Amino acid sequence: MDILIPTLLTIITAATPLLYAAIGEMISEKAGVLNLGVEGMMLLGAVCGFATVHFTGSATLAILAGFLAGAGLSIIFAVLVLGFQSSQVATGLALTIFGIGLSALLGQNLVGIAYDGLPKITIPFLYDIPVLGPLLFNHDILVYGSIVLVVAVAWFLNHTRPGLILRAVGNSHDAAHAIGYHVLRIRFFAILFGGGMAGLAGAYLSLAYSPLWIENMSAGRGWIALALVVFATWRPWRVLIGAYLFGGITILQLHAQALGIGVPSQVMSMLPYIATIVVLVLISRDRNKIRLNAPACIGKPFHPTS
Amino acid sequence: MLFKLTKRPEPSRAMVFVSPLIALGLTLLSGIVLFQIMGVNPGQALYAFFVEPLTSKYGWGELGVKATPLVLIAVALSIGFRAGVWNIGAEGQLTLGAICGGGIALWLYQVDSIFVLPLMVVCGIAGGMLWAAIPAFLRTRFNANEILTSLMLTYVATLFLSVLVHGPWRDPDGFNFPESRIFSDAATLPLILDGTRLHLGWIFALVVVASAWILMARTIIGFQIKVVGEAPAAGRYAGFSVNKVIWFALMMSGGAAGLAGLVEVSGPIGQLLPSISPGYGFTAIIVAFVGRLHPVGVLLAGLLLALSYLGGESAQISLNLPLAVTGVFQGMLLFFLLACDVLIQYRIVPANTKSTAS
Repeated sequence: MDILIPTLLTIITAATPLLYAAIGEMISEKAGVLNLGVEGMMLLGAVCGFATVHFTGSATLAILAGFLAGAGLSIIFAVLVLGFQSSQVATGLALTIFGIGLSALLGQNLVGIAYDGLPKITIPFLYDIPVLGPLLFNHDILVYGSIVLVVAVAWFLNHTRPGLILRAVGNSHDAAHAIGYHVLRIRFFAILFGGGMAGLAGAYLSLAYSPLWIENMSAGRGWIALALVVFATWRPWRVLIGAYLFGGITILQLHAQALGIGVPSQVMSMLPYIATIVVLVLISRDRNKIRLNAPACIGKPFHPTS
Repeated sequence: MLFKLTKRPEPSRAMVFVSPLIALGLTLLSGIVLFQIMGVNPGQALYAFFVEPLTSKYGWGELGVKATPLVLIAVALSIGFRAGVWNIGAEGQLTLGAICGGGIALWLYQVDSIFVLPLMVVCGIAGGMLWAAIPAFLRTRFNANEILTSLMLTYVATLFLSVLVHGPWRDPDGFNFPESRIFSDAATLPLILDGTRLHLGWIFALVVVASAWILMARTIIGFQIKVVGEAPAAGRYAGFSVNKVIWFALMMSGGAAGLAGLVEVSGPIGQLLPSISPGYGFTAIIVAFVGRLHPVGVLLAGLLLALSYLGGESAQISLNLPLAVTGVFQGMLLFFLLACDVLIQYRIVPANTKSTAS
């Protein structure tokens, strides 16, 4: 038990950034937009969040800055993809390359500075429950927020009218346009939301997961988040499961390194990436499942002619 | 909105060539703004970035050295992009090429034979192909998205190289630094221009450009690639195998990236290190697009992006600017290019005119 609870706690912290990034990307894809720039937006969120907490000392402002940085970067993507009809794949890649460069540029003077990490919020009474209390009710605001986010997004998509419209835009933009919905406007907000969530994911990395700034610190998590959306077949609850599964693999790998099981640490570090490939293969091999669940208009540009 | 887009009846040929130039102009303009914000004299900075590296013969040689891996990878990537095959894991295939080719150099380090280098080239290409075969297999057999699988394999490849240079392949006389032995002369690419570091790899790149041009313009598989990419339905109707095109595209780009990796370690680097590429595999994606997915265009674009690397280094030395500026420039160039490409398919007209094209 002494080892179990700290281990489970670290799994939660490893899963949270994946959860934010993947939920954001899922909303964007549900509206029919594939944004491969998650990694870049995460990094910009991470550096802006860390810079803000370093210069203002306010964690709240830092979280806000992370969100705004991701959302701001996604506006470039939205303008190019929606306004200029550019290829979503190419533009997303450009966003990642740009985000890596820009975050490194902004963060050049922040390397090597430490931060205490986001304050923990202990929920009274519930915390006193044995085992479950320390496990579930002593986290920072972003961990609680990530769970609320999943619930809210699941409810939004399946039980609200705007959620239905969002899915309609992603499944048949021509039909949605014909009914009179503003396809481009809805996609714009979906992209913005995806960017903001990726920014929060990045901010979580630099404020809580490992509270400091290093170039390229997301280490492929943005791409893993993209794979998680496919793994989850575009469903919020499965994104939650997937994120915790991957968080588990990440932590398992760290613990295995600490135990020194005679395998080079780099081999253990390969695990999350290999697991991503395995999971993608397992889900994608059933073509019908993907076809039935993927938003039909994903990746397709829309140009209103009238 | 003040302006709107109307579709051209025919894509504009002129814009295909003009749009990269407009994009370059806009990137330079944004660069001026960026340098102003950073408190650097834009004139000085742009000079350091784009002129200073080319003021010496050595500098021109360096341009070729940096352009070699970019051109090698981008030419092959652009063939895949034309077919709609998104191999973005070239960085990993480059790493595997370096591992396999460099492994030969370490294995035969006492052998002084003219056959060492050709064997390294073959193994480098094979290594890159092997790494690209994984996404090809997973895509054709299991329908797994090659963007994600090839990218994940990049991280695996980098870690694998790290295992090797920290462990079994570490130089026994290297004071425990994570570096391999320095390759013997027989395992080093010969230089082709006195007073520079320009090496045989540059010739490889030119040969690949020429072969890719012939492939796309004169062969059946080149034609099939274009059809499958531009009109998949027509390709299916004509009986072209999509799987064959996927395999072909990934084998080409994997092999080319592997060659690029081998060229780097047996050329300018001369040994295996934990990090052997400043992101050539990713920058090559930009090169492919700026070069209009055409071999000759890629050659020119490769030189331009190579200059951005040199410029970054030169600006770091003379103006103390961070190297990351290079990445920002590269990203901006691709953004502007993608934005300008709208002019190929669309015309920008004032919003109050009636649409004539549709």
